[in-house]
Amino acid sequence: MGLDFSIIPKYFDIILLGCAWTIGITLAAAILSFFGGILFAVIALYAPWIIRQPFRLIAWVFMGTPLLLQLFLIYFGLVQIGIDLPAFVAGIIGLGLHFAVYNSELIQTAILSVDKGQMEAARTLGLSRPEALRKVVIPQAVRAVIPPIGNNMIALLKDSALVSVIGVSELTLSAQRVIGKTYRPFEFYLLAAAFYYVINLAMEWVQRRIERRISISR
Amino acid sequence: MDFELMLKVYPFFLEAAWVTVLLSVLTAILGLICGTLGTAARLSRFALLRFLGAAYVSLFRGTPALIQLFILYFGGPQIGIQLDAFEAGVIGLGVNAGAYMTETIRGAIVSVDKGQGEAARTLGLSQWQSMYKVILPQSARLMVRPLGVNLNMLIKATALVAAISVIELTYTAQRYIGSTYKPFEMFLLAGVLYMIIIYVTGRGVAWLDRKVQIT
Repeated sequence: MGLDFSIIPKYFDIILLGCAWTIGITLAAAILSFFGGILFAVIALYAPWIIRQPFRLIAWVFMGTPLLLQLFLIYFGLVQIGIDLPAFVAGIIGLGLHFAVYNSELIQTAILSVDKGQMEAARTLGLSRPEALRKVVIPQAVRAVIPPIGNNMIALLKDSALVSVIGVSELTLSAQRVIGKTYRPFEFYLLAAAFYYVINLAMEWVQRRIERRISISR
Repeated sequence: MDFELMLKVYPFFLEAAWVTVLLSVLTAILGLICGTLGTAARLSRFALLRFLGAAYVSLFRGTPALIQLFILYFGGPQIGIQLDAFEAGVIGLGVNAGAYMTETIRGAIVSVDKGQGEAARTLGLSQWQSMYKVILPQSARLMVRPLGVNLNMLIKATALVAAISVIELTYTAQRYIGSTYKPFEMFLLAGVLYMIIIYVTGRGVAWLDRKVQIT
């Protein structure tokens, strides 16, 4: 069986819809992972010992095991405790939490590297500790980690393909469905790869622009 | 927590863990080969090779490994490549890891001071000699740690072959989650085994890193 790319236009809209889902899921998971990352970083650094230590253990487990395994845990685990979420919500939560842990590592390092004088000055000016964290320390820390977080977000886009395994109709699963009808895996997986590549390039472009802007305003 | 069940299925997970280890080792070897070739291409004198090297890195890092695996395993037969799932897994993941390793190896080589190569050339060493005797030994020291990060990612990426039904750790966990409805227990079993593999590898990399440092 040779290759025949002329079959693609007929199913192009299905792939395009999958593409839209991939972008939506990536965006939602990216936002979750960004704010989750800040929250996790604050917990890992400032929460009382009894919360901090178990939390660090869980974060460590999340960094040491494959995302695919975690997706199975979240998807089937939620069902088991009676929370029956649609697959795409489970996928967003899984992706978002996984990358929140990675972002949190970056943000922790950044928070610790913000000059101590900043916190002291803020406290002197009458801000409470949480206020000083929220208004002075964290904004500076987050700015410093935007480029590496951008790398994580690009990794997130590629890992979003994994949620096809728990049945989310994004780009990969859409390609799979079309292949089920046409028996043309090479053509349609290649097409899906091309779409991922284009989104990837677009994200890299945005990342470069943001980096340039940050480096100017410093 | 159903410990009885965990004890009962534990041998199957252990067996699967060995498949994951074997996959990781073979993938790492292939990745290093591809990474070395990729670096050679990217640092070549010939523009065409440099372009091919850059395209390899960009395309394989810019698309999901899962899709690459699917193209190879499901699409391969259409262009005359017949592989079983394990072979496709090793080749697909290895070539993918090679793209990341190319960047690591290349980064270590170009970060060796330029003066080193120039000095070697001035002393009468040929291009190859200065590469093998002066630059590579120095960059090898810089490479160990970042290649360790690549290795860590690679081990976790072997989970992807579960999607083409290679019976490794994640596939086994998935199967038992499906048949026992105990996702947490199965995750714990597989997770602990993954973390042991990653911990041991990490210690190995740290040992190697200490070994190659001069001081």
